[in-house]
Amino acid sequence: MMLENFEIKDKKATRDGFGKAMLDLGHKNDQVIAMCADLTGSLKLNAFEKDFPTRFIQAGISEANMIGMAAGLATAGKIPFATTFANFATGRVYDQIRQSVAYSHKNVKICASHAGLTLGEDGATHQILEDLGMMKMLPGMTVINPCDYNQVISATHAIAEIDGPVYLRFGRPSWPVFMPEDGFEIGKAIMMQPGTDVTIIATGHMVYHAMEAVKILKSAHSIDAELINIHTIKPLDEQAILNSVTKTGAVVTAEEHQRHGGLGDSVAQVLAQYLPSPQEYVAVNDSFGESGTPAQLLDKYGLGIQDVVNAAVKAMERKK
Amino acid sequence: MKDIKELKSIASQVRRDIIRQVAAVKSGHPGASLGCTDFFTVMYFNIMDHDKSFNMDGKNEDMFFLSNGHISPVWYSTLARAGYFPVDELATFRKLNSRLQGHPATHEGLPGIRVASGSLGQGISVAAGVAMAKKLDGDDKAVFVLTGDGELQEGQIWEALMFAAHNKVDNLIAVVDWNGQQIDGSNDDVLSLGDMEGKWSSFGWDVLHMDGHDYEDLLSTLSKAKENTGNGKPQVILMKTSMGKGVDFMEGTHHWHGKAPNEEQTATALSQLEETLGDY
Repeated sequence: MMLENFEIKDKKATRDGFGKAMLDLGHKNDQVIAMCADLTGSLKLNAFEKDFPTRFIQAGISEANMIGMAAGLATAGKIPFATTFANFATGRVYDQIRQSVAYSHKNVKICASHAGLTLGEDGATHQILEDLGMMKMLPGMTVINPCDYNQVISATHAIAEIDGPVYLRFGRPSWPVFMPEDGFEIGKAIMMQPGTDVTIIATGHMVYHAMEAVKILKSAHSIDAELINIHTIKPLDEQAILNSVTKTGAVVTAEEHQRHGGLGDSVAQVLAQYLPSPQEYVAVNDSFGESGTPAQLLDKYGLGIQDVVNAAVKAMERKK
Repeated sequence: MKDIKELKSIASQVRRDIIRQVAAVKSGHPGASLGCTDFFTVMYFNIMDHDKSFNMDGKNEDMFFLSNGHISPVWYSTLARAGYFPVDELATFRKLNSRLQGHPATHEGLPGIRVASGSLGQGISVAAGVAMAKKLDGDDKAVFVLTGDGELQEGQIWEALMFAAHNKVDNLIAVVDWNGQQIDGSNDDVLSLGDMEGKWSSFGWDVLHMDGHDYEDLLSTLSKAKENTGNGKPQVILMKTSMGKGVDFMEGTHHWHGKAPNEEQTATALSQLEETLGDY
């Protein structure tokens, strides 16, 4: 595939993709349960609630109880999708997830919206940037961070098909839509643009910024960058990373997350073990966010398109 | 179904098993295990419709969850004596490569355990989820969950209580091991639970009382709670117990919450508990 194959057709919020997929899943599988903690509209579950009132569980502002109940529903054979904002779906309930879900290997899907800086004006209390790290540390937890509306739809369908705990992360803002609805496989990275000079590995909203950066690198710097879309943070597609970096010799990771504990660290771990290579991080650097528009925040915290460009140039220079 | 004499005989053996498990590894929680022995015996040998061949989803069975996971010795012994796994396996309690973890877990596949517990406050939520699933499936069996009293200091408990009442989870029966003790002392010294009945009833639960060592009371109250399911409200049984029950020097104090007896104390304890079904 080449970048030309990923034409930007529209702008939609990733959470809208989740709501659409949940409605479809509700019709497809009567074991699917949607749970929410007083954020039904924000998670786009109104249609599910309307069509399947008995399979929609309103937990109220009680996330710990919601996670515990999800473990119980899964024990009895249901497929619960426990949903809220990413901040409340992870940090607030880490112990409940750890003991009742992960250690007990329950088939619970924790689906979290409003992750990262792009939550915007609500500010740092709600802008979780540590969730991928927390969730990937839990043994047996699958961690997925799709990049657009379509990829959230395919990811939501895919996680319903596997047995075991999953963390699915998406966001609030309207965002370019460019992925096809098919071709999604958990744990399988997607090659978006082959290149020879530097590998850019991006996840979530940052895939779009990386796509734009690849174009600028070509036109302004004559750098032939390879772009890999990593939607599954865990299990990580190590082979795709190694194949690419073997070819390019340098890597940039881009994510809407703290650099401590995020995708970049996972990639660095693979490279340190098998293929030590120059790596630059595009990630929030040990800082909380603040109020602002998504674009302003991504820019201020070093996650803009130009930041990806600069990181790629720097990684290239370090090869020499 | 067993008569009370038979139940007491089983309970005596379970108490021996508790002491022997804890003594063998010099760790574990004998106090509330002994205090809940009569309850566990009655539940697994008379009250619950359950299948010792063990199905994780528990469809068409009464199901039991232990929220205060540290009293694992009484659960392990009861499960083994009820036929869930070989009694000899009790000898592996808390040892390396055992299915009998310090706190109950599903990870090693021990039959009878459906969710890990140990970090407190989570069991009522899990049981409420199972109870909701049963209602969706038209399964009219009951879901029981035991919690400690000190455990009620966890905030998640009250989230679950609100939810279960609001959603009429009326196939859910919580039982509180009300021994009045926790690690640092009595509930009243550490963080008072106040008006227990008032708290639960104001949260919308039907409240029953039970003496956790009186077999007639155990049998009639637990049967009554089972019969009352489907009446629109979750139920709680406030079960008065004495920590360390059955071993005179352990009884009624928090000192044996999480402490193993030494060799001499073990011998004294075992001399007070008749071996009825054969030691493992």
